[in-house]
Amino acid sequence: MVPDIYRIASRTEEFPGTCTLGITPHSGGRAGNFSAGQFNMLYAFGAGEVAISMSGSAQDGTYIHTIRSQGLATQALHRLREGEFLGVRGPFGSGWPMEQVAGRHLLIVAGGLGMAPLRPVIYSLLEGKTQPSSAQLFYGARRPQEMLYTGELQRWQQALKVVTTVDHAETEWPGQIGVITKPLGAATLDAENTVVFLCGPEVMMRFCIQVLLGKGVSADAIYLSMERNMKCAIGHCGHCQWGPNFICKDGPVFRYGDIRAWFDIRAL
Amino acid sequence: MQYSVLLATDLDRLIQALRAEGYQVMGPTLRDQAIIYDEIHSVAELPKGWGDEQEKAHYRLKQREDGAYFGYAAGPHSWKKFLQRPRRPVWRAQKSEDSLQIVAAVETVPAMAFLGVRSCELHAIATQDRVFTGDQYRNDSYSERRAKLFIVAVNCTTAAATCFCTSMHTGPQVTLPCDLEMTEVIDDAEHFFLLRSGSAGGERILQQLPLHAAAQRHHVLAQSAVSNAVRQMEQGPRNFDSSDLQALLYRNYDSVSWDQVADRCLSCANCTMACPTCFCSTVEDTTDLSGDHAERWERWDSCFTGDFSYISGGAVRADTRSRYRQWMTHKLATWYDQFGSSGCVGCGRCIAWCPVGIDITEEVQSIREAEKR
Amino acid sequence: MKSIEQLLQQHPFFHGLPATDRQLISGCGENCVYSSGEYIARENTPADFFFVIREGRVAVETYMPSHGALCLQTLHDGDIFGWSWLFPPYRWTFDARALEKVRAIRLDGKCLRQKCEEDPRLGFELMKRFAKIVAERLQATRLQLLDVYSTERPPPAEVR
Repeated sequence: MVPDIYRIASRTEEFPGTCTLGITPHSGGRAGNFSAGQFNMLYAFGAGEVAISMSGSAQDGTYIHTIRSQGLATQALHRLREGEFLGVRGPFGSGWPMEQVAGRHLLIVAGGLGMAPLRPVIYSLLEGKTQPSSAQLFYGARRPQEMLYTGELQRWQQALKVVTTVDHAETEWPGQIGVITKPLGAATLDAENTVVFLCGPEVMMRFCIQVLLGKGVSADAIYLSMERNMKCAIGHCGHCQWGPNFICKDGPVFRYGDIRAWFDIRAL
Repeated sequence: MQYSVLLATDLDRLIQALRAEGYQVMGPTLRDQAIIYDEIHSVAELPKGWGDEQEKAHYRLKQREDGAYFGYAAGPHSWKKFLQRPRRPVWRAQKSEDSLQIVAAVETVPAMAFLGVRSCELHAIATQDRVFTGDQYRNDSYSERRAKLFIVAVNCTTAAATCFCTSMHTGPQVTLPCDLEMTEVIDDAEHFFLLRSGSAGGERILQQLPLHAAAQRHHVLAQSAVSNAVRQMEQGPRNFDSSDLQALLYRNYDSVSWDQVADRCLSCANCTMACPTCFCSTVEDTTDLSGDHAERWERWDSCFTGDFSYISGGAVRADTRSRYRQWMTHKLATWYDQFGSSGCVGCGRCIAWCPVGIDITEEVQSIREAEKR
Repeated sequence: MKSIEQLLQQHPFFHGLPATDRQLISGCGENCVYSSGEYIARENTPADFFFVIREGRVAVETYMPSHGALCLQTLHDGDIFGWSWLFPPYRWTFDARALEKVRAIRLDGKCLRQKCEEDPRLGFELMKRFAKIVAERLQATRLQLLDVYSTERPPPAEVR
């Protein structure tokens, strides 16, 4: 599969080392058609490809990707500027089960960069395409300076209750200080009628799942997005093989009740 | 089914018929003191009269007394190297001031004929078919090679000590589709191949050969030859019941057995390279010195390497224990979930080519015993 | 105006506690309001109270030389603050400062201790509730130490 060529239409530095790119088709490809939770393979010329989740709205004709500069490929993507080109294959993978949301209470739990694949869910709420009976976002990050999309948080309050918490901050920070499990544990929930979308570092997800199960949320009502080394994105290269699944095509979004036995096996 | 007899002295006619049909004939040949697979131009290149002796971390050529062409067991090579190339270009990219172009690498895919595919190897090819062509996405390079492929399968009449296809129900008798199926028979008086076609292409080749009618005697001799291989395996050291492997491994992700094997395993990846079903690959992206041309190459990879499971923050499978467990449980258990069959065909290559003599059948036994304690 | 006992009843810490116990405890309590910036507790001063936060945001802080106040955690409506009154030498180990207008109930530590000594059943009940919160805070602290969102990780412990 050869990537389509996209052009960088916008670039925002979220915080040092992490940027958000808006990309539009240059030759081949057609942007905008994806499900929240899916990902693209982004190719930086000569440096490599990396799986990056969709972070924009599914209807505005642009792919939005938030990228943290870490490995060779993400460093190269982070160096790109408006007007420059990159290769795109996708979209791939399973999305968040939006059909589960209508009429139920939606709890979105995001940690760090895990906010990126959940933003399309919030856009879907704002656009009125998905209508839960109520919705809450718990968003944890390391420091206020390392929070994504802070300029939008206020607007999101139209669609859902937003609770932000950071592990470390000065007291000027208006959100909570402390780990995400605390406000999550203090939340009042109609556990039987709640569906949870969870994304963040694996350790953070493990602790959040403990809290949620403790509050009576069923394992089958918790959906999470898994991260593994994805190279080909089409189930051929074997890198993201995980128990009976390929994360790239069977995931990245899984129902916790389906994968809990695998989730608990270390170094799988 | 219509069987015929081809005398061993006419075997070259088969090779030449395939070549005349435009096939590049790939078959067994001697190299570096092993029987490997490479392009064959005539019968002279086949390992006539050679067999092998195999055990854990052991492979030695052995001269046979009967002059058999196919009297050897699975060697270090498998056919996958012709279908899933060890290294292949995927695309080429070119950058200019105001553009980026990416073009798929164009491959001239030869029509190949595999001569001497064993039943376990047919199963291995079928297993890789499910990986690369069985789903929404296809590996085009593989698919094209596969589509043009002509298979001459050979029933096994000799098993190495490392063979356990009878335990995995993949041989030694050919049961999967192929273009031609042959059994090599060497009796006191005669040396012949009992053969049949399994496709229109196979039939066309048969029509070009100096065949003789197969008599009852030929069938009896051929059947007895294959039974010999069955008997060798059933009486051999690696005969076991594989029916519960998936459940066994599912129950034993925490077996102490993994620690023990990790103490011996070098994480060298030999087993994955020798395995005819291991399909993992990685890609390499490079640029030339001008910085304007880039290429992407795909090459075989192994779940035993350090960066195979790398995600932000480090490798998920940082130690040998988790890597060996990944390989073996995928091969024998989770493969069923993903592809509806075992990933192991019982060819024994991983046993012979493991430099420290780790034996997958022994490891199964070790897990079983650890569970009882 | 609601009585102390009614206010305690609404607070999660006292959920399910029998009315008689609440009445007993409310005898040790008084309503208090702190304005933004005001210290509720200061490190190493006598810890005479236990605070039940009804409304508002409280920072648990420590002072770092050449940095100033460092916030370890914020507490909110429905949280409690302070267990130093339970154990000698009854001194605060951290500062607590109101970050906005805070309405709380201040329970007298000495009074509470005395009631718990006299009624060990009540003492045990309260101790269980405190132990749960202490355990939760300990777990949260451990999670905070893990620095889960950081890209840097300690090297693998053992690579074979």
